[in-house]
Amino acid sequence: MEIVKLTIDNKPVVVEKGTTILEAAKTIGVNIPSLCYMKLEDMDFENKPGGCRVCVVEVEGRRNLAPACKSEVTEGMVVNTHSVRVVNARRTVMELILSDHPAECLTCAKSGKCDLQTLAQDLGIREIRYEGEQSHYKGDESPAIIREMDKCIMCRRCETACNEVQTVGVLSGINRGFESVVATAFEMDLDHSACTYCGQCVAVCPTGALTERDSTNKVLDALMDPSKTVVVQTAPAVRAALGEEFGMEPGTLVTGKMASSLRKLGFDYVFDTDFAADLTIMEEGTELLGRLNKFLKGDKDVKLPILTSCCPAWVNFFEHNFPEMKEIPSTAKSPQQMFGAIAKTYFADQLKKKREDLVVVSVMPCLAKKYEVSRDEFKVNGDPDVNISISTRELGQMIRNANIDFAALTDEDFDRPLGESTGASVIFGTTGGVIEAAVRTAYEIQTGQELEKVDFHELRGMEGIREATIDFAGLPIRIGIAHGLGNARKLLEDIKAGKSEFHAIEIMACPGGCIGGGGQPYHHGNVEILKKRQQAIYAEDAGKTLRKSHDNPYIKKLYEEFLGEPCGHKSHDLLHTYYFDKKKKIEI
Amino acid sequence: MAKYNSHILVCGGTGCRASQGEEIVENLTRAIEENGIENEVQVVRTGCFGFCEKGPVVKIIPDNTFYVHVSPDDASEIIAEHLVKGRKVNRLLFVDPETQQAVSESKDMGFYKKQLRIALRNCGFINPENIEEYIARDGYAALGKALTSMTPEEVIKEIMDSGLRGRGGGGFPTGLKWDLTRKVESDVKYVVCNADEGDPGAFMDRSILEGDPHSVLEAMAINGYCTGASNGLIYIRAEYPLAIQRLKIAIDQARESGLLGKDIFGTGFDFDVEMRYGAGAFVCGEETSLIHSMEGLRGEPTVKPPFPSEKGYKGKPTNVNNVETYANIPVILLKGSEWFSRIGSEKSKGTKVFALAGKVNNVGLIEVPMGTTLREVIFDIGGGIKDGKKFKAVQTGGPSGGCLTEKHLDIPIDYDNLLQCGSMMGSGGMIVMDEDDCMVSMAKFYLDFTVEESCGKCAPCRIGNKRLYEMLDKITKGNGTEEDLARLRNLSNVIKDTSLCGLGQTSPNPVLSTMENFPEEYLAHVKDGKCPAGQCRSLMEYVIDEDKCVGCTLCSRVCPVDAISGDKKMPHVIDVSVCIKCGACMEKCKFGAISVQ
Amino acid sequence: MANIKLPANKVQELKDVCEKFNHDKGELINVLHAAQGIFGYLPAEVQELVADQLNVSIAHVYGVVSFYSFFTMIPKGEHPISICMGTACYVRGAEKVLDEFKRLLNVKVGETTPDGMFSVSCLRCVGACGLAPVVTVGEKVYGRVSPEDVKGILAEYK
Repeated sequence: MEIVKLTIDNKPVVVEKGTTILEAAKTIGVNIPSLCYMKLEDMDFENKPGGCRVCVVEVEGRRNLAPACKSEVTEGMVVNTHSVRVVNARRTVMELILSDHPAECLTCAKSGKCDLQTLAQDLGIREIRYEGEQSHYKGDESPAIIREMDKCIMCRRCETACNEVQTVGVLSGINRGFESVVATAFEMDLDHSACTYCGQCVAVCPTGALTERDSTNKVLDALMDPSKTVVVQTAPAVRAALGEEFGMEPGTLVTGKMASSLRKLGFDYVFDTDFAADLTIMEEGTELLGRLNKFLKGDKDVKLPILTSCCPAWVNFFEHNFPEMKEIPSTAKSPQQMFGAIAKTYFADQLKKKREDLVVVSVMPCLAKKYEVSRDEFKVNGDPDVNISISTRELGQMIRNANIDFAALTDEDFDRPLGESTGASVIFGTTGGVIEAAVRTAYEIQTGQELEKVDFHELRGMEGIREATIDFAGLPIRIGIAHGLGNARKLLEDIKAGKSEFHAIEIMACPGGCIGGGGQPYHHGNVEILKKRQQAIYAEDAGKTLRKSHDNPYIKKLYEEFLGEPCGHKSHDLLHTYYFDKKKKIEI
Repeated sequence: MAKYNSHILVCGGTGCRASQGEEIVENLTRAIEENGIENEVQVVRTGCFGFCEKGPVVKIIPDNTFYVHVSPDDASEIIAEHLVKGRKVNRLLFVDPETQQAVSESKDMGFYKKQLRIALRNCGFINPENIEEYIARDGYAALGKALTSMTPEEVIKEIMDSGLRGRGGGGFPTGLKWDLTRKVESDVKYVVCNADEGDPGAFMDRSILEGDPHSVLEAMAINGYCTGASNGLIYIRAEYPLAIQRLKIAIDQARESGLLGKDIFGTGFDFDVEMRYGAGAFVCGEETSLIHSMEGLRGEPTVKPPFPSEKGYKGKPTNVNNVETYANIPVILLKGSEWFSRIGSEKSKGTKVFALAGKVNNVGLIEVPMGTTLREVIFDIGGGIKDGKKFKAVQTGGPSGGCLTEKHLDIPIDYDNLLQCGSMMGSGGMIVMDEDDCMVSMAKFYLDFTVEESCGKCAPCRIGNKRLYEMLDKITKGNGTEEDLARLRNLSNVIKDTSLCGLGQTSPNPVLSTMENFPEEYLAHVKDGKCPAGQCRSLMEYVIDEDKCVGCTLCSRVCPVDAISGDKKMPHVIDVSVCIKCGACMEKCKFGAISVQ
Repeated sequence: MANIKLPANKVQELKDVCEKFNHDKGELINVLHAAQGIFGYLPAEVQELVADQLNVSIAHVYGVVSFYSFFTMIPKGEHPISICMGTACYVRGAEKVLDEFKRLLNVKVGETTPDGMFSVSCLRCVGACGLAPVVTVGEKVYGRVSPEDVKGILAEYK
């Protein structure tokens, strides 16, 4: 390891060769302000175009100022990070950026969480001396993501997320100079593009240019309508992150407070998507074993590996990019949609209500879920199985609006029957969790033996692509895991080329899985937050008495009373779906 | 091959071709046939002569007669008189504006006297579409010498010793640049010629490529030999169809002659050249942008380091030089670094080509030794200011450069001096301005260009230049304040200090240099609401001179907004609050009674 | 955006070009030059085809097309008029010439007349500074143009 010695703000610094000035300064506690720069350690995400020029510093002997995020240290370098020249330049640049940014902070969805706003405060900008024309671009309101590009500051983080990490590629810098902005091809709406609504662009956007479509008003409308019974379900990853909305330490589990707050908000039934996750395991696990056993019996036409289908962004991804492989993923609906389907049949029957009188709201760490609820195949006579999907952030907003002191809430439990869940369902919230849950159930069904140990550490971690072989009592089951759509693409290309030897693959669109979803509290580039959420998820699992989906008593009851058997006729009708070829065709 | 007694060289540069150069060639050829002298006289279409002001230009060899402003109709007379009867066509000779004497040979013209042509040595002398003519003037001899008798290190040393610096604008020592690329180990390397000439008002690269394409190919091959690259790429503006066509012909001919391709001169050295087209983005003159553009990306620059010599095209070591730099290489190798380094000033060796344009009598392409003064260029070569007006400023370095003034006229032109004066060499645009040119408007014109051409990647250039433009616009409209001037200066300095690439790092130069050299003009705009040059329309007032006005009513009838009133045969008046300053009245007035104040 | 149908023969021609370039995405700009040569302009459908052929995203192609001023998504007039706005032409009055074209044709820069006859655009520098101000109509170059000449130039094409 080569060592470089330099001086930053009159202090000696010793760092590894290849370190940037920004990182080197951090080691001695000097925080250089930055804006466009963002690095997500271990997530293959690094955005440092050197474009905002906020992080400029003075380097002795250099004619102009150097961008600290992009300039590597050299031996004997003398850096001044806060000289008058630097501070004046930094403030002037910041004024320029603000001069082309709508001053709509009061009503901006990002207010209070906006990197630009925070930086303007930090730099003490009180006046913009360089006012002039502001740029205007076409806005876009898709079912999941709102793009207000007038607020774009060209940091290019979304482009990096969409193109490099996710390889979705619907965004690009367009035009030139003052007119330049990040947009879709021909500035078309996201609905017409191959966008998966994974929301990673929203997760990294420093301003209010990219936000979720806010549905909190719709939820309030439903809650105020006396003719409606409003049912809420919460996804596994929400409980591991919601606390951050209220200033709690990342990784704080707030399951009980969440249930309590939802009740306070006026939901008639507070249920858990985890219940549906257990149900998903029953269906998907059975489907996996079905395909596997056919394969073992020599059926060469059977489609293997089976791919998980819980993640709606991932579903969108293969429909757009790999439609020729749409027979491979499991046909099981996602937990959100299974929940909706059961709530509006089984549970509605129990209440003796018509499905139209029920409003199902989901709280999701995800923005693609907003799109998923709008899919026509998830509607019955125009009535969607899940009516409204809101993000973790939106729930946080609703709780704040209702003047609920979240931290002071006493823990409460979910309602029954759709609120009971096992540890297997909780881990759906992190990469590797769905497949681990599936293994716990599939193992016992396939082998007829009880698992001695339910923790499969070989399936856990944060690496983008992981693989493991699980011994099913002599039968080696090869499992692949990918999170981040770029990693998913690699596995899919292998399958397409016939090089894949996996039996089952779990794919999650977002880095880290749902804990890193596009609807989660903003991480502002701090990957440690994601890791803490992951730990919280596993802790919740470990603390549960029941840790295998097929042990969930209410799931058993559901099959006995209503569904019959997993992958049976009724299950097929209610809990399974089909996929579309959405690849753009060129007319000639 | 026929042995001709005489050659008629017809300038085939874009400028002269635009003025019916093709018809002239056709008519000359027809006249030669009609006179039955096709075995004695040959018409050659050459590259640019440089003296664009007087185009189309035709030169007769061997007596070096230089005909100017030739039209296709003159062809038969030139043949019948000059070539058949040996009598010069006096009416087509250049007339010295001072002596009013006809001058027959170019060497006696002020325009050419002080020039020294190294990069342009073949332009206007050879048919660029014939490799043999290039070879006849020692073409490819330098490549042969390098490949057969010199090591790459020796060639690089020769270039270093010559003191040649990059002619594209930066002025980086060429030999050093080559050496950097040579020292990086890599299986594949690239040699790139930057022919994306984008300075508005500079066209030397185009002229070299049109007039002497082989010199560039030869130099690229030498560069390849030195750096260890066997792939050459020419990044050329798509707006230069003639240069592209001539380069294509040259590449084909060089390949046929074994001067490009495999095993050149039997030395085992392989080198070939491909073309890449620019698509209209000034920023692609910046080498990292250029490389991205060649890779099929948006031409956005990236922060250096890494430099292209380490990580360039397709991530491989890449040496980028500009056309004019390349054009110097073969001569340096043949005549030696000592010869070259004797020309020029202490830190800037050799010559520099300038595109002299604007309010100067002799517009054209010139090449002078480094160290020549601006006065020599503008007054001796350029023949002074047009229409007897007064010299006011000269803009060098294009949009990245600055406006120099009277006090700079005697400073020897070289990289360092220009930089010190707040301008720069740039690629060699030189625009002369007279008393009618408003310096604030001039700065605004350049900023308009920069705003248009900024790639948008970094905030200071994307937004800052726009704000500079807006402030200048405000000032030219009479709405500026003294506070604006302070802001203008601070913003200019910050843009220079913080922009990502050379475009933004230099774009405020026109503002800063005009503010420095013409402070009173800025003050006049913001304090007195006056434009001393009379160019800023918003600050002008049209006035009718009572004594001269005869009351013909023509002006009031032509005024589109009925701002002029007055009875017939009585002096008229303009209501300035209504007047939109279109100038129609002044144009119509037959008595010179309307003036601008 | 109204969908247009691309003529099959031109599509084939473009596919052949991509084939010639080995479907190499690094050749995008060369391919776009060729495509603009074939179709006269680069409508969305052509960009989609190029994206498909070179295996890059449509957004990427559009990002490139919208970056470079040479590429256009609007069909040019039968007689494209370009006014040089290089410095030499500017100081010799190119702006007035441009204004006259705009006035007589009643179009803005970058627009095409409703009858499709003329389009007006600005060029940076054609490198014919000796002839400043310079105007090109199609391939033809007009030098030393004054606002008074504009009417006559247009008349040549009517």
